[in-house]
Order: sequence, then C-alpha cells, then structure tokens
Amino acid sequence: MYLDAASSQRLHPAARDTLLAALERGYGDPRRLHGPGRDARLLLDNARAVVADCLGAHPDEIGFTASGTDAVHRGLLGLAAATGRTGIVHGAIEHSSVLHATEWRPSPAHASVPVDRNGRVDLDTLAAASRREGVAVAALQAANQEVGTLQPVDEVDLPATVPLLVDAAAAVGHVVLPQRWDALTASAHKWGGPAGVGILAVRRGTRWTNPFPGEDGLDNAGGFPNVPAALAAAAALQAVLAEREEVAARQFQMVERIREAAVGLPDTEVVGDPVHRLPHLVTFSCLYVGGDEIVSDLAQRGYGVASGSACTASTLEPSHVLAAMGALTHGNVRVSLESGTTEDQVDRFCAALAESVTAIRARAGL
Amino acid sequence: MLELDCRDFPCPRPIIELAKALPSVAVGDLLAVVARDPAARYDVPAWCRMRGQEYVGEDLADDNLPRYTVRRLT
Repeated sequence: MYLDAASSQRLHPAARDTLLAALERGYGDPRRLHGPGRDARLLLDNARAVVADCLGAHPDEIGFTASGTDAVHRGLLGLAAATGRTGIVHGAIEHSSVLHATEWRPSPAHASVPVDRNGRVDLDTLAAASRREGVAVAALQAANQEVGTLQPVDEVDLPATVPLLVDAAAAVGHVVLPQRWDALTASAHKWGGPAGVGILAVRRGTRWTNPFPGEDGLDNAGGFPNVPAALAAAAALQAVLAEREEVAARQFQMVERIREAAVGLPDTEVVGDPVHRLPHLVTFSCLYVGGDEIVSDLAQRGYGVASGSACTASTLEPSHVLAAMGALTHGNVRVSLESGTTEDQVDRFCAALAESVTAIRARAGL
Repeated sequence: MLELDCRDFPCPRPIIELAKALPSVAVGDLLAVVARDPAARYDVPAWCRMRGQEYVGEDLADDNLPRYTVRRLT
C-alpha cells in the first residue's frame, strides 16, 4: 500500500493518455517554423494555457523547468538578481531547495523566520525581516511538505520593493492556492504528472531575470523543453483539480483517523497544524523508535511511508522542519494518501502501525 | 551527576539510554547524556517535554562533545 504520495504520485491516467499521444506529435523544436515545430509549439502553448488557468495566472506568466527544485532556484535567485540586492528572507521550514538557493548566494541580509510549534511562520517577524536593508526577496511556502501545515501566505505584509515567491509544490492539487504571490513554483510529479516538469510562474510586472547561463525569459528556462511531459503534466493537473474538493474532503477525514490512531499510541506526538493543513498528509514521531527501523518494518508489512528522521537513507542530520518546530525528530513517520486510498486501507495501516511500534520498542528493551 | 556515554550511539539510542537510566536517578537530581548524534540536540528537549522532565541545557563534555543535561521531575 503506497502511502507516500507527497514524495511522488503515480502517473494520473489522464497524464498517461496525453503523454503517449504527445510523444507522437510533440517531438519537434517549438522554435522552428516547419510543421513538426509548429505542432510542438501548439502543444507547449496548450500546456502553458492549461497550467495558467489552473494556477490563476496568464499563459505568458508560466515557464516549464526541469523540476520543482529547479523552479525554486531559478525563481528565487532570478527575483533577487532583478532587484540588485542579495538578501533572501524565508520561513524556517521551507523546502531544502529554498535553503540551498539561499546558501548558494551568501548575503548578510539573509534571514530565516522562525515558526511556532504547529509550523506556522511568525508574520510580524517575516515583515520586520523583509524591511531590513539589502533584502531582495521573500519566500514562503503554501503548505509544508513534511508536516502539512498551511502558511498564511495571503496575510503576508511585505514592502512593495520585496517580491514574494510562493513554493506551492506540496499544495497544488490539494488545497486552494494563495492569491498573494509574485512568483509561484510547483512540481508536476507531486500531482500525478510526469517527473522532470517543474513550474515557475512569474506575474506580469514582476521583475525577474534568468540567474543562470542562457536566454532570458520564461519560455526557454533550462533549454529545450520536454513538450510531451509538459502537456501530460497540464492534463493531470486539470483532472486532479476537477475532483479536488471531493477527494480532499474524503482524505481530510481519513487523515483524521490516522491522527487519532497515532495520538492513541504511547509516547507518540502528531506534528503539524491539526486544522489548517493539507488534507492528505500527516506526520508523527514515536519515542525510542528509529526512523529507518519503522520505515523498513512497515515496508515489510506492505506499507510505503516516508520519514524525516536522521537515521533514514539520505542524511545523517534530522529534518530541519521537525527541528525548527521543536518536534521529536526520531521515530518520525510521514503518511500521505493517494486519491484512491480507502478507509479500509487506512484502518489496516493503523493496526499495522501499532504492531510495528510495539515490536520495535520491545526489541529496544522498552 | 550521572553521565551517560552515548558518544558513538546512533539515533535514537541516546534517548533510549536516557529513558532507561532515569529510574536510577532520584527525583530532583540531574542526568546527562553525551552524544555525537546530531538528533540528540532536538530530541533530548523533546523527550523532556513528552515525558514531563526538565531540560536543563547543553554544554561540552571533557572531550568537547555535546552534553545534554536533564533534571528528573517525576
């Protein structure tokens, strides 16, 4: 049972159909004026128009990038480059792509804004940090990828000279997006599109320049575009949004059941805002349990989940998100539902989870 | 003060050792854990919060590794 949709979704059927058709037709260079070039241009423009409509933007505000991470790097550094200033102000629990872009261009005006125990950023601190000299751009995510907390993006108060980048990768397809943004980023494989398609949207009138080598403008961000994948991503997004409210309502209730089950486990805390949250995602941490142990144990029982604990796969450092929230970083489990996850599956998972935690603690002599 | 040597224990062993050692300390007394594990910096305070103990703070052990001190309250 796949319970890691927030890492990557399986390809939406609408994306698969569109992708196969577009692979036949969309091979040309969209900059050429011959038939295959015009075909590819048509498909790319169509993808751009659909994505724009889905995100509440104009088609000429949409660029396709190599990934969500690439979109954040280009968006954040490109907004900063256009101001001539260097400071980036961001929430403490932003995606690592924001933190990495910030570290990559050191500045005395950088600032990380703390969050409360639920992961909500302090708006007054964000506003004050953004008014300091040398600040170029602010970044605040629509929703957190690890704990699901929604940020009050529409209430952000910034000086007119400081544009706001909203990383919406975790939010697109799950919640109504914030209106307040100068640049917005997303990632298609998070909503059931193919991997390798990121979105960078920049509002008309917002100054942005390509911070990397190559042409300026959103049309060719990163070189030759993957036209079939962009169109498939657009098709998936349209399909996902058409059923969003119904799916989200169901998922919100199922996540509520998992939250209750987790709270019922001894020495376990559920992390993140209980109400202002993504509908399909929940994170909790269990004392005395290794993140790698529980992920492996649940995998053996047939459940695929993620973990922000230090002892899991990619890093020896614990999740900066959990650390910034003052949450327990070990024994962490992130569960994220697919649109088709059923209540019966959720109940079976909750039972397996309790067994798994008990077994691991028993092995540790507790 | 009882000091636990968890220098080379991976996460979450330092916290497990802390929990196991707690009963051997009198209520009101201090207990410390020395750990290289970077998660301990966050997880010792979190353990105190979840288990109703007092997190006293972080200093350095003789070999300059981080030492986290806890006061037993219950």
